[in-house]
Amino acid sequence: MTDIEAPPDEAGVAAAIAAAAVAREPLSIIGNASKAPMLRPVQAARTLSTRELAGITLHSPAELVLAAGAGTPLAVIEQALAGQGQHLIAEPPDLRALLGTAAPPTLGGTVGTNLSGPRRIAQGAMRDHVLGLRAVNGEGIPIRSGGRVLKNVTGLDLCKLIAGSHGTLAVMTEITLKVLPAPERTGTLALSALDAATGVAALAAALGSPYAVSGAAYLPEQAAVALPALAGLVASPGVALARIEDFAPSVAYRTERLAAELARFGTAQRIEDRESRTLWQAIRDAVPLGARPEDAVWRVSVRPSGGPRVAAAAAALDGRWFFDWGGGLVWIAARADAAAHRAITEAAGAAGGVWMLLRAPDALRTALPVLPPVPPVLGRLTRRVKAAFDPAGILNPGRMYAGI
Amino acid sequence: MIALPEPKPEVLARRDAILAGIAPLVGPEAVIDEPHCLRAYESDGLASYRQAPLAVVLPETTEQVAAVLRFCRREGVRVVPRGAGTSLSGGALPLADAVVIGLMRMNRILTIDYVDRVATVQAGVTNLGITAAVAKKSFFYAPDPSSQLACMIGGNIAMNSGGAHCLKYGVTANNVLGLTIVTIEGEILALGGAHLDAAGYDWLGILTGSEGQLAIVTEVTVRILRASEGTRAMLAAFRSNEVAGACVAAIIGSGIIPVALEFMDRPAIHACEAFAHAGYPLDAEAMLIIEVEGNQAEQDDLLARLGEITRRFDPSSVRVAATPEESAAIWKGRKGAFGAVGRISPDYLCMDGVIPTSQLPRVLRRIGEMSSAYGLAVANIFHAGDGNLHPLILFDANDPQSMAKAEEFGAEILKLCVAVGGCLTGEHGVGVEKRDLMPVQFSPADLDQQRRVKSAFDPDWLLNPSKVFPLTVAPPVVRAA
Repeated sequence: MTDIEAPPDEAGVAAAIAAAAVAREPLSIIGNASKAPMLRPVQAARTLSTRELAGITLHSPAELVLAAGAGTPLAVIEQALAGQGQHLIAEPPDLRALLGTAAPPTLGGTVGTNLSGPRRIAQGAMRDHVLGLRAVNGEGIPIRSGGRVLKNVTGLDLCKLIAGSHGTLAVMTEITLKVLPAPERTGTLALSALDAATGVAALAAALGSPYAVSGAAYLPEQAAVALPALAGLVASPGVALARIEDFAPSVAYRTERLAAELARFGTAQRIEDRESRTLWQAIRDAVPLGARPEDAVWRVSVRPSGGPRVAAAAAALDGRWFFDWGGGLVWIAARADAAAHRAITEAAGAAGGVWMLLRAPDALRTALPVLPPVPPVLGRLTRRVKAAFDPAGILNPGRMYAGI
Repeated sequence: MIALPEPKPEVLARRDAILAGIAPLVGPEAVIDEPHCLRAYESDGLASYRQAPLAVVLPETTEQVAAVLRFCRREGVRVVPRGAGTSLSGGALPLADAVVIGLMRMNRILTIDYVDRVATVQAGVTNLGITAAVAKKSFFYAPDPSSQLACMIGGNIAMNSGGAHCLKYGVTANNVLGLTIVTIEGEILALGGAHLDAAGYDWLGILTGSEGQLAIVTEVTVRILRASEGTRAMLAAFRSNEVAGACVAAIIGSGIIPVALEFMDRPAIHACEAFAHAGYPLDAEAMLIIEVEGNQAEQDDLLARLGEITRRFDPSSVRVAATPEESAAIWKGRKGAFGAVGRISPDYLCMDGVIPTSQLPRVLRRIGEMSSAYGLAVANIFHAGDGNLHPLILFDANDPQSMAKAEEFGAEILKLCVAVGGCLTGEHGVGVEKRDLMPVQFSPADLDQQRRVKSAFDPDWLLNPSKVFPLTVAPPVVRAA
C-alpha cells in the first residue's frame, strides 16, 4: 500500500474512482485500514482512503440522529455522543488488538464491515441504525440512499446493501445513524461453574425473561480468568454473564428479579456499574479470546442453541473460544491451517449458521474461502448486484469472494 | 389520477393460453378468472384505484409459486404479488395484463422456537397471527402496523412495515432473520436463518421494503420477543401544536424512549372523541399519548419523570392511567382514528411523510395553511418520536374535482416533508401513489442505482412493475462481469 490516495471531499473520491473505472484499474478501499487484515487481501496497485472525509456534520440529540464523514474516527463520534448522554446503539467493537493494527477505526469501516457488539442481541446490528448514506459507486457516480429521519421506506434501501459489503459495491463518503440515550446504569449477573450447554440455557432463560437483557455472553474458565472484572467470580468450567442497562432503579429491580428467575442455574453474583462497563467492553473487543499471534480467528453466527456444537469443534482442535449473543456468536481462535478451517466451518454449517474467517495469514486467507461459498443461484445474484454498482469490478475485488 | 402503463396487447391476446398453461401448475381451483370473482382483487387499501388483472392465482406451496413464476417469465407475463391487499399506496394494485399471485393460502405457522426466540411462518400468516401464536408464552412479534389484524407478513416484508411501537422495537427490517424467496426465474432461495448476522451481501435488508419488485417471499423467519411485565399510558394535552412538539423533543432529549409517543391535533382529537368517547380533551389544540413499559414501580418512575417534563410545557390537562383498563381507554380513540375520520368524511387520503421532529411546528402550520387554500379539512395523527406524519385529507371520491384536489394537496405535503429534510413515506411504501414524486426526493443518479438493483433481480421488469419508479425512464440493463 505505497500509493494511497486520500481525496479531501466526495468529488475527489468520485474523480479517483471514475479514473480507475476508465482504466479498469482495481482499487483497494480503506478508511484507516484498521481492519485490513480481515477477509481476503485485495490485489490492487492503488489504494483509495476516505480518511480525509472526517468530521461530524450533524448531531441533533433530540432527533436521535448523527451524521459524519466516512473517515471520522469512531472514537470522535463516541465522544461527541457521550457529551450529550448518547451512544452508538450496536456497540461496535474495536478489533485493533485482535487484528494487530494501530490506526483508529473509522465510521466508514465500521459500517462497511457491519461489525456489531454485545448489544446486537437486543437492539440490532450496525446496519440496522444506518438511516442514510452518501456513496460513490464503481463508475465514480455519487449516489444517496435513505436520509436523516428515523423512518423511511422510500425506494430500495441501498443503505442495507452497501453496509456490510466491505467496500465492494460503493465507497461511502457520509453516513447518518440513529443514536440513542446511553443508559444511566448498567449491571451484570454472573452465574459460575456452568458448562457451555447449561450456560447457553441460562442465557436463553435470561433473554426470554421480561427484563430486557442487553448482553448475554458465556466465557469458559480459560477465557474468563483474563478479565479483571471477573476476579474471584469464575469457577470451572465457565461463567454465563447477563447484562441489564437502563435507569438506575430499573437495573436494581430487574437484576434482582432476574437472579431469582435464574436461581435454578446457581447463585448469581452481581457486577456493578463501572466493572460491568469494563467487562462488556472487553467482550465487545474479543479480549477474552486470548488469540495467540499464530492463531487464525473465526466469527461464527449461529442460532444460540447451536453455539455449543461449534465450540466443541473448536475445543477438539485445542482452540480457544467464547460466546456472545447468548451463544449465537462464537468467537474462535485456533491453529491457522486448512484442516482447522474445514472443521470449524463444517461445524458452523451443520448448526445452520454462517462464518467469517476474520484473521489469518495472507497465504491462508487467499487460498481458502473467508465467507461461506454461495450456492450457484445466489452466486449469480451476487455477481449481478456487484455489476449493478461496479460494472468494471474495480472496488475491492476479491475482498469477499475470489473473482467477485 | 396516476397513469398505469398500457397493457401488452400480445399478452391480452394470449389470455386463454396463459390461463391454460398456469392451471396445471397449481390446480384449476387455484386460478380465478371470472370477471365477477376478479372484482375482489381489483384494488387494495388505496381504494380509489381499480384495475382487474388477467387472473388471480392462489398457490399453496413455494414450489407452486416457483412454477408459476417460471411460466410467467417464459411467457413475458407481468406478476403482481398480493398478501391481504391492505397496502395504502397501491402496492398490490393489479395491471390488466398481469397475473396476481395471492399468498393468502400459504397461512401456516411452521415452527416456533422459544429457546432461540424465532418463529418461521408462511407469507400469508397475518401480522397479529404471529403474536397470537406466541402470546401464551408472553412473547410477541414487535412491528404492529394499524392493519395488523388483516395484513400479512409477506406484505410487511414488501413494505418494511412499522407501527406505533417501532420507536423502541424497530421496523420489519430490524426483526427479520430469514426469508425463503422465489426469483422471477423460478429459483427458490433460502436466505439467512435463525442466526443474527448474515454472510455475504445483506439480502434480507434489500428485499425488505422492496415492494414485491425483486422476488416473491413465501416464508419468513422473525425474531419473537418476550413481552415486558406491563405497559401503561398517559395523555397530555397542550395549548398549541408548537408546544406539544417542543414537549416531544424534551422527552427524547431527557433520555427516555417511550415505547409509543403518538401525537394528535385538534381535528383528530375531535373526530376520535366523537367516535370512541375516550374522554379526550376537546379544548386542547394538540395531545400526546405516551406509553411506558416495565413493572408497576418502573412504570411509576417513568411516568413521574414524564409528568415532570410535560408540566414544563403548561399542559391544559394531563391524565395518567392507573390501571391497564385506563390505558386501554386512552388508546381507544387513537386506535379507532381511521374509522373515526371515515365517519366524518366519505373518503380520506392517508399520507405518510416523515420529517425531522424539530420541523414539526413549521410543518403543521404549513399543512394548516394548505388546508385553507385547498378548502379540504385535514386531521393530523402521527408517530411523534420518529417524525412519521399521517395527515388524513378529507374529500369526496364521488366528486372528481375534490379527489384531484386531495391528491394535489397530499403531494404538496410530501414535497414539504422532503424540503424540510424528511422523506415521502415512512411505512406505507411508494407503490403507485407516490411513484411520480420519487424525483422530488432522489436525483436521477440515485434512482438509476436503485433501478439497476431492480434489474439485477428482475432483468425484464416483470415483478410488480409500474410501481415505485416513474415510468419515464426505460429499465437499465445489468450484465454480470
